[in-house]
Amino acid sequence: MPKVEIIKERTPMPHLDAKIRAHNFKEVALGFTEEMALAEAKRCIQCKNRACVKGCPVEVAIPEFIALILEKDYRGALKKIKETNVLPAICGRVCPQETQCEQYCTLGKIKDSKPVGIGRLERFVADWDLTNPEEISPEDVYCEDVDDDRVKVAIIGGGPAGLTCAGELANLGYSVTIFEAFHKTGGVLVYGIPEFRLPKDIVQKEIDQLKACGVKIEVNRVIGQILNIDDLREMGFEAFFIGVGAGLPVFLRIPGTELNGVLSANEYLTRVNLMKAYDPEYDTMVDLGKNVAVFGGGNVAMDSARTALRLGAEKVMVVYRRSENEIPARREEYEHAVEEGVEFHFLRNPTKIIGDDEGFVKAIEVLKMELGEPDASGRRRPIAQPGTEYILDVDLCIMAIGAKANPLLTKKTKNLKLNKWDYIEVNEKGQSVSIPDVFAGGDIVTGSATVISAMGAGKKAAASIHEFLTNQ
Amino acid sequence: MGTKIVSKIFLNPEHTVFEMIVEAPLIAKKAHGGNFIILRIDEYGERVPLTVADFDREKGTITMVIMAVGKSTTQLSKLEPGEQIVDFIGPLGNIAHIKKYENPVVFVGGGVGIAPCYPQAKDMKEAGNYVISILGARTKNLLFWEDKFKEVCDEVIITTDDGSYGKKGFVTDRLKELMQQRPLSHVIAIGPLIMMKFVSLLTNGENDEGLPKVPTTVSLNTIMVDATGMCGGCRFQTLHGETKFACVDGPDVDGHDVDFNNLFKRNSRFVRVEKNRLEKYNEQCKALEKYCEEQE
Ligand SMILES: Cc1cc2nc3c(=O)[nH]c(=O)nc-3n(C[C@H](O)[C@H](O)[C@H](O)COP(=O)(O)OP(=O)(O)OC[C@H]3O[C@@H](n4cnc5c(N)ncnc54)[C@H](O)[C@@H]3O)c2cc1C
Ligand SMILES: Cc1cc2nc3c(=O)[nH]c(=O)nc-3n(C[C@H](O)[C@H](O)[C@H](O)COP(=O)(O)OP(=O)(O)OC[C@H]3O[C@@H](n4cnc5c(N)ncnc54)[C@H](O)[C@@H]3O)c2cc1C
Ligand code: SF4
Ligand code: SF4
Ligand code: FES
Repeated sequence: MPKVEIIKERTPMPHLDAKIRAHNFKEVALGFTEEMALAEAKRCIQCKNRACVKGCPVEVAIPEFIALILEKDYRGALKKIKETNVLPAICGRVCPQETQCEQYCTLGKIKDSKPVGIGRLERFVADWDLTNPEEISPEDVYCEDVDDDRVKVAIIGGGPAGLTCAGELANLGYSVTIFEAFHKTGGVLVYGIPEFRLPKDIVQKEIDQLKACGVKIEVNRVIGQILNIDDLREMGFEAFFIGVGAGLPVFLRIPGTELNGVLSANEYLTRVNLMKAYDPEYDTMVDLGKNVAVFGGGNVAMDSARTALRLGAEKVMVVYRRSENEIPARREEYEHAVEEGVEFHFLRNPTKIIGDDEGFVKAIEVLKMELGEPDASGRRRPIAQPGTEYILDVDLCIMAIGAKANPLLTKKTKNLKLNKWDYIEVNEKGQSVSIPDVFAGGDIVTGSATVISAMGAGKKAAASIHEFLTNQ
Repeated sequence: MGTKIVSKIFLNPEHTVFEMIVEAPLIAKKAHGGNFIILRIDEYGERVPLTVADFDREKGTITMVIMAVGKSTTQLSKLEPGEQIVDFIGPLGNIAHIKKYENPVVFVGGGVGIAPCYPQAKDMKEAGNYVISILGARTKNLLFWEDKFKEVCDEVIITTDDGSYGKKGFVTDRLKELMQQRPLSHVIAIGPLIMMKFVSLLTNGENDEGLPKVPTTVSLNTIMVDATGMCGGCRFQTLHGETKFACVDGPDVDGHDVDFNNLFKRNSRFVRVEKNRLEKYNEQCKALEKYCEEQE
């Protein structure tokens, strides 16, 4: 066997300068140039055991697509990725690679060596395709005027789970309609994850591709209110995929959460991302703060904190009850937040929000914590240190401490079996355990997870729906 | 693709209150009293919640009565029939609880809050109730739909703050008289927060006059974004210390369990920003008018 050359260092990702980017909404990570992509692709040693693939929830053919990059067959690489992942431009940007594919990369196991930048390569290939669009011959796609005797499937919720399921089913020849509650499709990709991390025109291009494949999209349709599953069944839909996400905001149970200037990350990010409050052309209002406290330590907290900086806050503090080692955010987002000047107050728990006479936040009280034994989640449990409370001046508080299942649709769907946290109970095929023609996936089944796992669930459900409808 | 405006009628000479009918067949099919819709005028618009004031299932239309208070509602008042609204979402919120009560059911409508009482009053009447409506406005010019209410109510009582029409005084004065005269089964109050607060204080059975408790429903118009329970912006406190979301737990809720004082504060969340927004919009409108005149 020829000796493989190990290149320990990763090809660095070019970024916008932290001082400048902290004040605008332009994308932070600029993406690889062709030279950079080739240099990074060369690092992959094409392991026989394909260790990295096991870390990817949809099992992207990683070594294979990287080999195609080295041959400069970028379109081929894209097709390879799209065999299992229909949204590579998005996943390349937002997957927590360090806990998925890259965690298993052989190169990362070697002393002082870093894993291959799989996500970055995936993004490169997808971006290359978006800037060099393929001439598509009409035979390649299902056109919008396909005769509609096809079997109809309804997708409820246009997040990554729903979009993926829709795309797969359209390719299998079904007539697919997505019903989305908001005026824009994309779910968390458009209302949650900010522009500077995931430009919205990239999401839009992916959605346009679905439309080109014949997927119909009906926005402004809150299912459970305007129509329920029985209505849809009557309208001729034969199977249903529920991908409504986990959109119920959680507020800390401490005094003062009713004050003005206390808001959920959902509301804050929706106003800024979906409703574009940062752009003066839009009518959307958003609470501006000079001293902002964000509670939580995940991606949602990082996104909120970095958004607050960009909206002109002088000081942004992330208050998290565990330590730096436990934050669930993507490493890269945490690092970017630090570079941009977000302050981190680890091992602190807010105990009170203090308001002024007019009902606006003016300060918070926080308590010091220490780490104890690991809890059920495997992370060390924070233990309060009574008597260590102190006050921080704050005029805006954003709660980014998780989300729960939104009961709007599930409670109105008769006989739909939910688990004790109100998530939909499904079997290993993604099929509801109580209603055979109802399938579900994404955050409404698992609780808050990741874009790629939601997509994986959408894809699996599509296959199950196909099987269900074929055997009927 | 949008939602077409079928008609717009100003209900007062100042052109601040108007009735707007739009074409929304799917929503018209499902709407009930108690529901609301959210609209976005154009691509740059915010999401504006408005109560369903009437609907016509056959014609496929939804009626709203709107008061121009700020940028979006003023802009809306300038749209003409035939023009389109880009997004129109509904029906949202819970359907009003309709049933047959033993004693009269009283609707208390204040200002534009008169309108959303209408479909509920109609349903209550159809359910076999004796329905009384107290319609209140600051002044005669701001009063509307008296005839419509007369068709569906057993009694309609009119009151204006300045006495320019009906009896002089507040809706609460009239309600108090009713409560002193006879037993009532239910009160539904829709209008300004301050009105709903005082109605609730009058009916909660804890007032000085020893008036009996009458179950009271109020309709909360908190500041909203999605209206699907996703953002928590519409949250309000109950007197039991619970946090609820007006869009999914309401908008109709038990008036005796609402912390109104907190709600006043929450609804003033954007007061400073909103004012500048309207001023800027009015300036732009004036500039545009001037420009058009110059061109002629
Ligand atoms: C701020 C933020 C940052 C994140 N960052 C990352 C990241 O960097 N990497 C990562 O992998 N994951 C990230 N996540 C998590 C990831 O976005 C989610 O796990 C994923 O989007 C779940 O997909 P989904 O399709 O299940 O649901 P969602 O994306 O939540 O989409 C659900 C859709 O259903 C619609 N809907 C809801 N109810 C109804 C109804 N009744 N009728 C019709 N439509 C309805 C919603 O409007 C929405 O469009 C982040 C999440 C947030 C909130
Ligand atoms: C469920 C619901 C139903 C509603 N139904 C109706 C209706 O049938 N007819 C109608 O005219 N209005 C109704 N409203 C209120 C209406 O949505 C607001 O007046 C409107 O959003 C104001 O927008 P704007 O841009 O014109 O004014 P803004 O510039 O936003 O505000 C102008 C003034 O109105 C106040 N305001 C803003 N939002 C609200 C609000 N949600 N409630 C009360 N005051 C507010 C502001 O504090 C400010 O003083 C309803 C609100 C809700 C939540
Ligand atoms: S989809 Fe995500 S986890 Fe899978 S290979 Fe791509 S970046 Fe890695
Ligand atoms: S584990 Fe790493 S080095 Fe091996 S094939 Fe996968 S990406 Fe390449
Ligand atoms: S408006 Fe967002 S939760 Fe009610």
